[in-house]
Amino acid sequence: MAGKTLYDKLWDAHLVRQNDDGSALIYIDRQILHEVTSPQAFEGLRLAGRKPWRIDANLATPDHNVPTTERSAGVDQIEDPVSRIQVKTLDANCDEFGIVEFKMNDQRQGIVHVVGPEQGMTLPGTTVVCGDSHTSTHGAFGALAHGIGTSEVEHVLATQCLIAKKMKNMLVRVDGELGAGVTAKDVVLHIIGVIGTAGGTGYAIEFGGSAIRSISMEGRMTICNMAIEAGARVGLVAVDETTIEYFRGRPFSPSEEQWDAAVASWKELVSDDDARFDTVVEIKAEDIQPQVTWGTSPEMVAPVSALVPNPDAESDPVKADGIRRALKYMGLQADQKITDIQLDRVFIGSCTNSRIEDLRAAAEVVKGRKVAANIKQALVVPGSGLVKAQAEAEGLDKIFVEAGLEWREPGCSMCLAMNPDKLGQGEHCASTSNRNFEGRQGFGGRTHLVSPAMAAAAAVTGHFIDVRELMQ
Amino acid sequence: MKKFTQHTGIAAPLDRANVDTDMIIPKQFLKSIKRAGFGPNLFDELRYLDEGQPDQDCAGRPLNPDFVLNQPRYKGTSVLLARENFGCGSSREHAPWALDDFGIRTVIAPSFADIFYNNCFKNGLLPIVLAEAQVDQLFKEVEAAEGYELTVDLERQVVVTPSGEEFAFEVDAFRKHCLLNGLDDIGLTLQHADEIKAYEERRRQEAPWLFGAIK
Repeated sequence: MAGKTLYDKLWDAHLVRQNDDGSALIYIDRQILHEVTSPQAFEGLRLAGRKPWRIDANLATPDHNVPTTERSAGVDQIEDPVSRIQVKTLDANCDEFGIVEFKMNDQRQGIVHVVGPEQGMTLPGTTVVCGDSHTSTHGAFGALAHGIGTSEVEHVLATQCLIAKKMKNMLVRVDGELGAGVTAKDVVLHIIGVIGTAGGTGYAIEFGGSAIRSISMEGRMTICNMAIEAGARVGLVAVDETTIEYFRGRPFSPSEEQWDAAVASWKELVSDDDARFDTVVEIKAEDIQPQVTWGTSPEMVAPVSALVPNPDAESDPVKADGIRRALKYMGLQADQKITDIQLDRVFIGSCTNSRIEDLRAAAEVVKGRKVAANIKQALVVPGSGLVKAQAEAEGLDKIFVEAGLEWREPGCSMCLAMNPDKLGQGEHCASTSNRNFEGRQGFGGRTHLVSPAMAAAAAVTGHFIDVRELMQ
Repeated sequence: MKKFTQHTGIAAPLDRANVDTDMIIPKQFLKSIKRAGFGPNLFDELRYLDEGQPDQDCAGRPLNPDFVLNQPRYKGTSVLLARENFGCGSSREHAPWALDDFGIRTVIAPSFADIFYNNCFKNGLLPIVLAEAQVDQLFKEVEAAEGYELTVDLERQVVVTPSGEEFAFEVDAFRKHCLLNGLDDIGLTLQHADEIKAYEERRRQEAPWLFGAIK
């Protein structure tokens, strides 16, 4: 019998019940809640007279709606009344049901996918769900983690289980050595460019190979975060020493007495040598250059040195039509140089790239430089209050402010513009977020996805540039 | 949950691939704490020429005449024909809520994004996967004939065209059962509460650090 993949092991370990019809009941160890996708779930519990199955499996924090400007006066300071009600509703629901919440001005507040691992709430071998598609982030730790809808948030609250069907296994193996200036973000954008935005649909993707092993936990989170942009609900990286070290001393990590037993079980969380994957994709690390998206889907991506594609060269008519539509929306010409795209705003943040390592990479590029005159705004939004404090302890905030970038309070911010941080119509943004969909960062806004180093380079030059040119 | 058994209605062709959930319901409308009322803002950025705001009366907003659902011949559409990877992007259940609130009962496409597909079934909305050539044929037929209606029979798992041609589709037995009977799946899961408790007890022994940690 063939060995098991990491995904197979996680699935088997959480199987409560396998039904004859192919559906199964799997146990959920951890649920993270935020203000946007939980109110209707709590309301559903109340209407049915149900209580949460297990309070201590849940953690909540508001992130999507929170302002990133000065907010010391608390929730009442949220100007948009609809946003304010939503954040207050989360507070009230958590208070009513007794769920631990890091409220807006708690230093531990932040983006759900930054906070979970930072607290040790996400641990290897756990199942983690959240009403947010970027929950795939947590798979970086060898956890089975994926986004769910609000009905399922309610289902997990009420039963601690999900009705699920096993996914297929895909291995994306990145072997070799990444070049200087090529980051985890470039790796995952390159992968999405290769397999396409629906290439991972129906799969759990395990990212492996020597290049992935050499990447830090922050970088692995960036890669798993964007598995969903390749269509896969689940991204995974096998546990190694890097994973285990990450959890030493975190608030919800195993206690000292439990540590050795926990580590012993975590070490099993790798795919067996003879495990069978339904699909294997092999990528050479040396082929990956700094990436920039030019279109309105994450698969519309190219190396910074490339030209914007020409739809006339595309043989598939649906794809050619998609390219034409994207170029029109983005205000770009076929065959123009990506480095000629002029920018209006820069956003460094989001659950993809707002961790300390991301901020360090951006600060290194802008240090001693100034934001270009044509950039109306360059935002740096840390992923949590603790990331912010760490960055300030390292003096990164001063580097950003001296260079002309704005240093903000933690939240999702301009990644999806539910708070006041947004693009104006027609504005081009170099963004470290995860989606370049039409209108995502603001009505009529034009998003280009890049790494933190590439965003920083764009901020100081006013257009896209290969960050390696600034590193020499 | 609302039942889905059989449905006949006007079909409309939404001819673009990778329609994402931001397109189906833009983020400013996700600030609502309700499940209903998203219909007027379905496809907001494609449907209107201005930027929509939450709680706004959409009756006086300028419509985009090129958008398919604004064309008089597609008034009353309840069957949406779409292209590959429909519903990609976020996990927002507001997307199926908006489709349902608008009056869409079923979406037919060559492929769907996983989370969206799953969310539909929780809301009495049936997503149907047909082969690309079959979807192409339906696009051609609906564009050629005003008032074109399709019938979807979940029990028999077929889409029936006006000429009587039938296309079979697959659906998971469990999801089909829930839709046909309008079942609340929390209630179904709680029938297995003893098994969940037994699993939980084993888990507590094997991984005690996962219990009582978050306080």
